Amino acid sequence: MKKVKTAQELKNLQEEIKNSRDPEKPCITICAGTGCLTYGSQKLVDNFRAEIEKQNLKGKVEVRASGCHGFCERGPLVVINPQNIFYQRVGLDDAEEIIKETVLNGQIIDRLLYVDPVTQEKILHEDEIPFYKRQMRLVFGMNGNIDPNSLEDYLAIGGYSALIKVLNGMEPEAVIEEIKTAGLRGRGGGGFSMGLKWEATRKAPGLPKYIICNADEGDPGAYMDRSLLEGNPYSILEGMLIGAYAIGSDTGYIYVRNEYPLAVKNITIAVDKARELGILGKDILGSGFDFDVLIVRGGGAFVCGEETALIASIEGRSGEPRAKYVFPSERGLYNKPTNINNVETWANVPLIINKGAEWYRSIGTENSKGTKIFALVGKINNTGLVEVPMGITLREIVYDIGGGIPKGRKFKAVQVGGPSGGCIPESHLDLQVDFDALSKVGSMMGSGGMIVMDDRTCMVDVALYFLKFLEEESCGKCTPCREGVHQMRLILERITEGNGKEEDLKTIEWMGKAIIDGSLCGLGATAPNPVLSTLRYFRDEYEAHIKEKRCPAGVCKALITYTIDPELCTGCMVCAKICPVEAATGEKKEVHTIDQDKCIKCGACFESCKFDAVKVS
Amino acid sequence: MAEMVSLTIDGLKIHAPAGTTILEAATDANIYIPHLCSNEELAPYGACRLCMVEITQGERARLVASCIFEVADGLEVKTNTERVLNVRRLVIELLLARNNKHPALRKIADELGVKETRFPIEQKGCILCGQCVRTCREVVGVSAIGFSGRGITRKIATPFMESPPNCIACGSCVYVCPVQVIPMKEENGVRTIMKYDYPMQKCRKCGQYFAPKKQLEYFSKITNLPLEHFETCVDCR
Repeated sequence: MKKVKTAQELKNLQEEIKNSRDPEKPCITICAGTGCLTYGSQKLVDNFRAEIEKQNLKGKVEVRASGCHGFCERGPLVVINPQNIFYQRVGLDDAEEIIKETVLNGQIIDRLLYVDPVTQEKILHEDEIPFYKRQMRLVFGMNGNIDPNSLEDYLAIGGYSALIKVLNGMEPEAVIEEIKTAGLRGRGGGGFSMGLKWEATRKAPGLPKYIICNADEGDPGAYMDRSLLEGNPYSILEGMLIGAYAIGSDTGYIYVRNEYPLAVKNITIAVDKARELGILGKDILGSGFDFDVLIVRGGGAFVCGEETALIASIEGRSGEPRAKYVFPSERGLYNKPTNINNVETWANVPLIINKGAEWYRSIGTENSKGTKIFALVGKINNTGLVEVPMGITLREIVYDIGGGIPKGRKFKAVQVGGPSGGCIPESHLDLQVDFDALSKVGSMMGSGGMIVMDDRTCMVDVALYFLKFLEEESCGKCTPCREGVHQMRLILERITEGNGKEEDLKTIEWMGKAIIDGSLCGLGATAPNPVLSTLRYFRDEYEAHIKEKRCPAGVCKALITYTIDPELCTGCMVCAKICPVEAATGEKKEVHTIDQDKCIKCGACFESCKFDAVKVS
Repeated sequence: MAEMVSLTIDGLKIHAPAGTTILEAATDANIYIPHLCSNEELAPYGACRLCMVEITQGERARLVASCIFEVADGLEVKTNTERVLNVRRLVIELLLARNNKHPALRKIADELGVKETRFPIEQKGCILCGQCVRTCREVVGVSAIGFSGRGITRKIATPFMESPPNCIACGSCVYVCPVQVIPMKEENGVRTIMKYDYPMQKCRKCGQYFAPKKQLEYFSKITNLPLEHFETCVDCR
């Protein structure tokens, strides 16, 4: 691409690309986000391309491999434009049929349409599907419209317009004011005002100033930052460019975990293309503003998502946090004023500049503006990434968008905010989700992980799982986090093994408070949350484990036995076949039994019995 | 002269030079705050969390590590609130689980009214205050030892768990350890630290072993003086 030297040239280029594209030209968009790729969608992309060649349709039909569309549960996803036909669970060999039937003949392939599970109606268009209908996909929605490796695609949908606007006469202070007025708060966990952070960094003495994009997303189950980087790296770059201009920074870093190879690849390509075009480098668009971006790959330590540990890691030291009594905005990377924000926060910036702070403020609640992307996972029908306006209720997310709990089971809790978030029970399902409301109920926004649990989830076991994760990911620098979380995990483990003591709950609560108060960084200071929140809402379950040596959800192996109800057993032999240790035995059409000495409590018989004859007690 | 600021610690009005930490200011005013990882020769680290204090700035009260947090005008510090004591009690109980014998830890436990830890004794000895690692890096300047592993598997280690090539056998790590868990002995002209041997130098005059050879080589290197210059013991000079 030819270098653009002025904002006008970039604008002209945008127009040129836009005009060269025929909106009526058929375009097949295949989701090539991480979820769909694991279904094999790359093969599907190849098949579509081969089919286009074969049928001599090159130049007449576009094939686009886009980033994540969010509806991962139903992948691989294919969208046919201009009609906006939405196909889901597309077979890898369906390319030929889709081109022949739908693209060339306008025929709908019935079996690939989404079926509304409630009405049993087939739905033709993406935006009519309940999963999408209740969302507000301002940041994430663009993913479907661009090939992440095509700068032209981004320009065609008006990309870099915000940069043009800013460099076309907006003073840095005015940019900061706009972001402040918009009320954008950090999407990475802290929820601090982005505008205030920009302002502090701009005003802090010392040069150079640095900006950092924190793409060290590490929460189990959360992948929205990954999908943004993979699907629309340009919007993040544009956000960073605007931030750098406002702050007065000439160097930015993107710290992305190496376990996200596609994200690393796509952002690297985006940076290279931006340099080629002249929107990264010296004297950007003739404005005198210099800025470039370096990509640093993280080694996969969860704690490196903590900003001071991340900074240490960029500097080449081990990723250990330091006390934040002086903020990075004063002394950050290489002791210089540094602004650090998460991927999703950066991606919100162009939106605010383009549409204005007032528009942005109109979305959300009093103190939480805009939208938030959540990774909706766990025991939920529609697993995927959902972008919703702040203030939407948990019930709407879980039931209207998420489609409720699979197999008609009962909702029990939703863990919000990643491993150090908190579990929210059914009684709070009508909670309007925003930063403050989540804190109030003992959870947090965190990075936006949402793990839904049904009635077959043991809350002690869940707390233990998260604690184990945090124990392993603690850097080990400070005592409360390193030793405290470890000892707390041992206590929880004892409880799930049936060796809990009456005083354990008191000990855990006391420890929890002291760990929160005493830890050096946010990891330790939030580590007890999963334990404290489950204790707050599900104390009876802890008590059942300790006093009655019983796991009410039937999960903790030491406390359960599997037996077969002779009334219900049909002697179908399925349990005997599936049992890995030959504990379940019996003759055909005769009642089966489980040998308790052999049983390893894997639950395979329970899961496989079609007659509900296997009982947990 | 540094600018002075005034603050209160436990109700006592105190003046301290700007830039000093609460711990330093308190110590100067004879107010005791327990601590294990802080050492005035080393950069503030804030890892053991024993020296936590409660501060009020404006309306908000919060806990900070007094070994790092710097004094400021109008700062109100309380060293003994229930919140503070709870953190300290937890920390000392957790450290006792690593080492329930050393008098330095027992003394702090006694002061906090902690008789015994409620956690299973793991008796690891080292409390990971990091003073050895930081002294080796910041004072000696050789970084012969460091931390390995993370979380509960963190330990003090040499590179690749082998004899540390940078070690000059000065023994500073041994000296600085508050719980004396780094073994060092000298026998037949060999100093042994942890499990690694370092030959000693005989004094050119009296013939007594007096210092590790590697330490003298290091002196020679950093001072740019010939090695022979250092091969005489202090007594014979």
